[in-house]
Amino acid sequence: MKKILALTLSLCLILGLAACGGKTEPTTAAPETTKAQDQTTAAPTEAPTEAPTEAPTTAAPAAKVKIGMVTDVGGVNDQSFNQTSWEGLQALAAEDSSFEVKYLESKTDADYQTNINTFIDDGYDLIICVGYMLADATKEAAEANPNQKFAIIDDSTCADLPNVACLMFAQEQASYLVGLVAGSVTQSKTVGYVQGMVSDTMNLFGIGYITGVLEVCPDAQVLQYNANNFGDIPGGNTAAKDMITKGADVIYHAAGGTGMGVINACDEAGIWAIGVDTDQSPLAPEHVITSAMKRVDVASQDISKAVKAGNFTAGVHLYDLSNGGVDLAPTRTHIPADVLKLVEEKKAAIIAGQFTVPTSVDDCPAFTLK
Amino acid sequence: MTDVINSLGILLFATLAYGTPLIYASLGSCFSEISGVVNIGIEGMMTAGAFTGTVTAYFTGSPWIGFLCGGLAGMLFGALHALATVRLGADQTIAGTAINMLGPGLVIMIARVLFNSTDTIPLTPEQRMPRLLTGVFDTGTTFGRFMDNVFSTYASTYLVFLAVIIVWFVFYKTRFGLRMRACGEHPEACETLGINVLKTRFLCVCMSGFLAGLGGACVTMAISNQFRPISIVGQGFIAIAAVIFGKFRPHGALVGCLLFGFCSGLKTVLGGSSGIDTQLISMIPYVVTVLVLILFVGKSRVPSASGKPFIKAR
Repeated sequence: MKKILALTLSLCLILGLAACGGKTEPTTAAPETTKAQDQTTAAPTEAPTEAPTEAPTTAAPAAKVKIGMVTDVGGVNDQSFNQTSWEGLQALAAEDSSFEVKYLESKTDADYQTNINTFIDDGYDLIICVGYMLADATKEAAEANPNQKFAIIDDSTCADLPNVACLMFAQEQASYLVGLVAGSVTQSKTVGYVQGMVSDTMNLFGIGYITGVLEVCPDAQVLQYNANNFGDIPGGNTAAKDMITKGADVIYHAAGGTGMGVINACDEAGIWAIGVDTDQSPLAPEHVITSAMKRVDVASQDISKAVKAGNFTAGVHLYDLSNGGVDLAPTRTHIPADVLKLVEEKKAAIIAGQFTVPTSVDDCPAFTLK
Repeated sequence: MTDVINSLGILLFATLAYGTPLIYASLGSCFSEISGVVNIGIEGMMTAGAFTGTVTAYFTGSPWIGFLCGGLAGMLFGALHALATVRLGADQTIAGTAINMLGPGLVIMIARVLFNSTDTIPLTPEQRMPRLLTGVFDTGTTFGRFMDNVFSTYASTYLVFLAVIIVWFVFYKTRFGLRMRACGEHPEACETLGINVLKTRFLCVCMSGFLAGLGGACVTMAISNQFRPISIVGQGFIAIAAVIFGKFRPHGALVGCLLFGFCSGLKTVLGGSSGIDTQLISMIPYVVTVLVLILFVGKSRVPSASGKPFIKAR
């Protein structure tokens, strides 16, 4: 009896371990993948799937374009850029069966290099590295494998390499637009802002937002808080509560998981919250007025399509309002019509180049986080 | 003056927001430790509770059924731990570690099946843990806001203080409590006196899982409204630390959890306005914990039979 119990139990644990260790998901390529691959290898043209660093865009049209994505430690379900770019790639593979997409999750910083190398060894045409945390690993791999194409999201330090496309987002533009919304709807002339961490990239969110708020409501007070953590839900909750007590009636967060606490506090207090990265309206449909969207999915699709078409270009690819890379979230039911009109005007002005949202702390003295 | 009162209110709010899940979990840890079973699987049990609580609340529409099921899910993992450590005499640390891996792994797998994502669907306000005294105190004055921030808190927070009293009563005022403490000190002696050590320990570890599950559920059902893999990150281990800090007594653990909550709140309140570097402010909870441990806490007395599997004499 005891032995049977022990056996069952150890089986359970093994299953559990297997569930945790499920690092690699099966590829979501169309079912005919293997068949198509077989055809490719049988075809007289060179077999791109076998050549590790060969660019296969010149191969026969039946060839699969293999896109590999390496996540940062946030994992593929981070409700942020890892998830968005994977969803973009999945959608791409669904509509165009010549793409074969796969991701590898990184649990620690040490996995970046390993995951990238796995894709290189498997002969992937493009490796998308998600997040600035992968910058060093990407740079190293790109220098060692000059024929391998890379794309990295949110980092421009590899821009000088001939085989790396740096996908950058103008987060200050999206933040500026939500700032306009916040400045327009605030009645107490007090708005809040919670940031996940202070860094040059993160500060762009705050600079854009505060510029937007002060433009429509020059005497507004912007309460700011640096959570110094992307996963501190009670901390976000407390910070928002503090701002609400001080009179804030709109709060924007650029703080990942910490922002869940912010949105929840706003929802309970019945004030407006502004989401980030994705359309966060489902988190509190009554009180999320808008979100500053970053279309990482579009960027991943664009660069994948470019690889397929053979016109991959290295260097910085800027995603901003003009190419739909950043924008307000599609849920706009809570935004008053006149505010929406103002936002559209400003958006047009930015696209036309008549106005540039500041990107430096020096141009936005009201931004006080450090 | 207004600012000071406001900040004080926020500080107390944060103490409770951070502290509540920790108190539940540390009560659970107390239960297990005092009967002589080391339970470092609290974290995994919390994750199970956090997930099950939100999912049940989402499907049934009732926060209370969700909260209870969160506890029961924790209890299930507690039973698994008890089966391994009490019944089969496995190494308690290893079994606990396995629970910590099994819990998150399993719930993420189930979440993927149910929602095609690792996150659950956000709860609507009716499905969340209710706040009993909302608006009762808020008269618009500074004092009213202070009272509102402190007392208009979740039902789970009120319940946890009740739970501390009940657990204290069970531990020190009932026959069962005496027996379980005896099992943690000298199981062989208990056995000769006719106390069923294995059964007592089994029950205590299950209870430990139940309380840890409740702790997890109140993270996802109160201060956030959704389960995500980041919902439970280290709270279980902080709760275990609080138990050691509180010398394996429920009221001591309560103080430990509130202290940690208070320091985390201090971090938030100071981080907003003062000119101090946020990196330094973020260190407060940890520095204070270390200082208190060095300066004020005497030697913690571990139950003597803690960690040793009890093999029944034939």
